[in-house]
Amino acid sequence: MKIQEKADAVAEEFAVFEDWLDKYNHIIELGKDLPSYDEKLKAPQYLISGCQSQVWIHASFENGLVNFEGDSDALITKGIAAILIRVMSGSTPDEILDNDMSFIDGIGLREHLSPTRSNGLNGMIKQMKLYAMAFKAKEQAK
Amino acid sequence: MKSMEAIRAQFPILSRTVNNKPLIYFDNAASTQKPLLVIEALDNYYRQSNSNVHRGVHTLANEATVAYEGVRDQVQNFINASSRSEIIFTRGTTESLNLLAYSFGELLNEGDNIIVSMMEHHSNIVPWQLLAKRKKIEIKVADIHENGELNMEHLISLMDEKTKLVSVAHVSNVLGTINPVKEIIIEAHKRDIPVCLDGAQAIAHVPVDVQALDCDFYVFSGHKMYAPMGIGILYGKEKWLDKMPPYQGGGEMIKNVSFDGTTFNELPYKFEAGTPNVGDALGLGKAIEFMQQFSFTEIMAHEVAMTKKATDILKDTGDITFYGTAEKKVGVVSFLMNNIHPYDAGTFLDKMGIAIRTGTHCAEPLMKHFGIMGTMRASFSIYNTEEELDAFAVAIQTIKSIFE
Repeated sequence: MKIQEKADAVAEEFAVFEDWLDKYNHIIELGKDLPSYDEKLKAPQYLISGCQSQVWIHASFENGLVNFEGDSDALITKGIAAILIRVMSGSTPDEILDNDMSFIDGIGLREHLSPTRSNGLNGMIKQMKLYAMAFKAKEQAK
Repeated sequence: MKSMEAIRAQFPILSRTVNNKPLIYFDNAASTQKPLLVIEALDNYYRQSNSNVHRGVHTLANEATVAYEGVRDQVQNFINASSRSEIIFTRGTTESLNLLAYSFGELLNEGDNIIVSMMEHHSNIVPWQLLAKRKKIEIKVADIHENGELNMEHLISLMDEKTKLVSVAHVSNVLGTINPVKEIIIEAHKRDIPVCLDGAQAIAHVPVDVQALDCDFYVFSGHKMYAPMGIGILYGKEKWLDKMPPYQGGGEMIKNVSFDGTTFNELPYKFEAGTPNVGDALGLGKAIEFMQQFSFTEIMAHEVAMTKKATDILKDTGDITFYGTAEKKVGVVSFLMNNIHPYDAGTFLDKMGIAIRTGTHCAEPLMKHFGIMGTMRASFSIYNTEEELDAFAVAIQTIKSIFE
């Protein structure tokens, strides 16, 4: 599935919630469903800096596809990480680099994109794109 | 004291909603809201009197100058400085401290030291660190007790013949602790050490009399005392300000300029290079007028009552850890809901219209001291009500039930 298709599926899932509390409960549930994150990968180089909560993103590259894993000590942030991981994992570096991330609006998470110093969404996206860029460079060097 | 209704009516922003809920603003330690007379002062200045101060011969320039210098007199009176030339306009506490670190710092030599405390805001740490690098001086850090009070014995023990300044918060932005500044000043002065007080969190909450305190420097921001952002004060004793070299060069701070050498203007203008922030200064004047409707006894009684009720609510909730339980404190309650990340809780409070601060509060060394990543902080002001706290109680319960 392409990034946009996965994003549409997430947006559809969120469309049923009218109440903010239900929406956030769902975000938190998605975070709880994330596969457990290796404690060894909670190293400073995987920590997204500049957010109030600690959030770690790690990526691996196999058969031309990028896979992400992540964790956070704040449940909302972890849920947001889970959404990003779900949408972006299993994509090629180019797909990740070319996506303008407008799907975030569709899910109704735009408020988390504000350039305040408190949330990690911008940092997570930036980090994921950096991973994609690095994997792409590695592949081209082959 | 005026009725709460009358007080709140002076703050237009308090009638707005946030996420479809009435705004409950408990982030006053970060910045207070602005009363109508402050907002109108800005509007009026730019509509009626805007012009550059001090130089012009025309009517607008005269009006602006008279009004601007009038605020200096108001500030002098408000903190009871002995002379108007001891009042320097800055952009805020941070700039005041940077000015000091740069300019007072020029009087220091390699091997000297400066004492700060563990509870300082980054603004009272980083400028000194920059100075330490420049001048090869040492920064000593006074410890605090578990309840958030300064460890006075430790602070005093750090003072030695190489100590050139003690710079501490009058009131802690995280813990709310009102530090025993008079005692600190007495002890420092016994050793001929000047004292700078960071008054950012004190100025709107406790009476400040710089002559009674006998502090050498006192710094604060307008925006934490109902004035606009971008205006602040550095108070300094004339004997120190005279010794200190200018901070920035430019217009206004000079007497004569030639390429052979420039002579500097007298105090306070020596430290006010460039076109000043006249509009916001006028706002500060109106904010002082606003504050003078109340006595500090009234302000403190209200804020203590709010703090007590907030603390009781949180205690009743259970599973709460408090940070800063000093005997003498202002209306600041720092806490953590055990097992709930402050970012999560803060986000949910916002959804319910309640603004509090979460995070490190620009006091990372203090967070490290407590071994935490941050706290939730509710901070109160003259316009906060018991009813708002009742809503806060419900919101905290809701959050607790979501995460359980």
